[in-house]
Amino acid sequence: MRTFGGRRAVDSVSFTLHAGDCLALFGPNGAGKTTLLRMLAGLLAPGQGTVRVNGIPIKEGAAARAQVGLVSHASMLYGVLTARENVEFAARLYGLPDPRDASMRALQLMRVEDRADAPARTLSRGLQQRVSIARAMVHSPKLLLCDEPYTGLDDAGSAALTAALTALREGGAALLLVTHNLTEGLALATQAAIMRRGRFVRHEARDLLDVRAYQSQYRELAAMHD
Amino acid sequence: MLAAAWLVARKDLAIEFRTRTAFLSALVFALLGVTIFYFAWDATAVAAADLAPGVLWVIFTFAGLLGLQRSFGSELADRAVDGLLGAPITRESIYLGKALANLVFVAGILVVTIPAVVLFYNLPLGGGIAALAGIAALAAVGLVAVGTLFSAMAVNTRMAELLLPMLSLPFFVPVVMAAAQSSARLMAGRPVAEAWPWLRILVAFDIVFVTACTLAFPFTLDE
Repeated sequence: MRTFGGRRAVDSVSFTLHAGDCLALFGPNGAGKTTLLRMLAGLLAPGQGTVRVNGIPIKEGAAARAQVGLVSHASMLYGVLTARENVEFAARLYGLPDPRDASMRALQLMRVEDRADAPARTLSRGLQQRVSIARAMVHSPKLLLCDEPYTGLDDAGSAALTAALTALREGGAALLLVTHNLTEGLALATQAAIMRRGRFVRHEARDLLDVRAYQSQYRELAAMHD
Repeated sequence: MLAAAWLVARKDLAIEFRTRTAFLSALVFALLGVTIFYFAWDATAVAAADLAPGVLWVIFTFAGLLGLQRSFGSELADRAVDGLLGAPITRESIYLGKALANLVFVAGILVVTIPAVVLFYNLPLGGGIAALAGIAALAAVGLVAVGTLFSAMAVNTRMAELLLPMLSLPFFVPVVMAAAQSSARLMAGRPVAEAWPWLRILVAFDIVFVTACTLAFPFTLDE
């Protein structure tokens, strides 16, 4: 649980992700999705409850944070540094043995290696997003948290991201994907949840979903005023 | 922890080296300050050795603040700080890395400002230059230790440019006082031993505040 002032941004949210799982999280603006992601990434302390990655509490251990990657609303890049330098800096922070190679592989995965030596501030929003995703994946996280990662991506970028996420999942990582796009989210998901007013109002396995009914309910929830 | 701190410091220094805006601003401010004080000085009323220490350390304080203002600015621009906080490094190593980069910045200012003051005021330092460098190093550590912490606290507020000096300047008083008093004795040609009581204050300040600020820093960033 997490409150801001008197408002519960995240309330009684509890779930488990196993290796290879992908939880697609939907919800209207202000539902608490970003707050939940920041708590899972160790950027925000929960008022109550614990976040564990492979059994290690996220706030207590660098070992837990080493397994988590975050793609956020903001690019999390240093504008003056090049794309490669940004990703390489992340690779060094995560203690990778060959940060230079790892950073180039990550940029290649997101098909932005030809702009590796361009300062991040000179890149378009879409290219910055690709570099940001490369930065989040460079250390092959066991848990990847994505907050609307498809925002700003063109078709090529979206395809690269979907391929990268699929490869990560097949490699044993768990994903949590926040998106407003039901099609994108459900394409990768093994679980789906709808969040509203800090709570999961629906949470089930993807296999059990009737997609049309789900879309209809989501539209109704999104249209409600909080 | 030290390896992570060095990574953070290297990144900050790379960013500052690319832009050079903060460093050049602080340097120009320092040299202008030395020049203006020189032309405002009545040599018949005040001896050079009496005025120069005050000029040096006042300019050092405000030029240092210019550098400290930008310390966390690059982290907040696109929430790059989230990348640091989410990484498997301690908060203390982020502080030490930032402080180290700020120390290099401040040292760069001093390397230019001290010779400028010596030149303008025609100070016969001779063998005292090593002692003056030591005083400068101790003062820089104290200023940077406190300034880095308050820079992190102020950067998230609307009035960061005002808040940082308001928070920091009271804590800078012991540093500036001790540095000015000890360097005044050197510039007046007095033995180094006369400056020891003030140097002890500087050393004690550095030990206490580097430790305290390192321990307090995690609370400034964690939500």
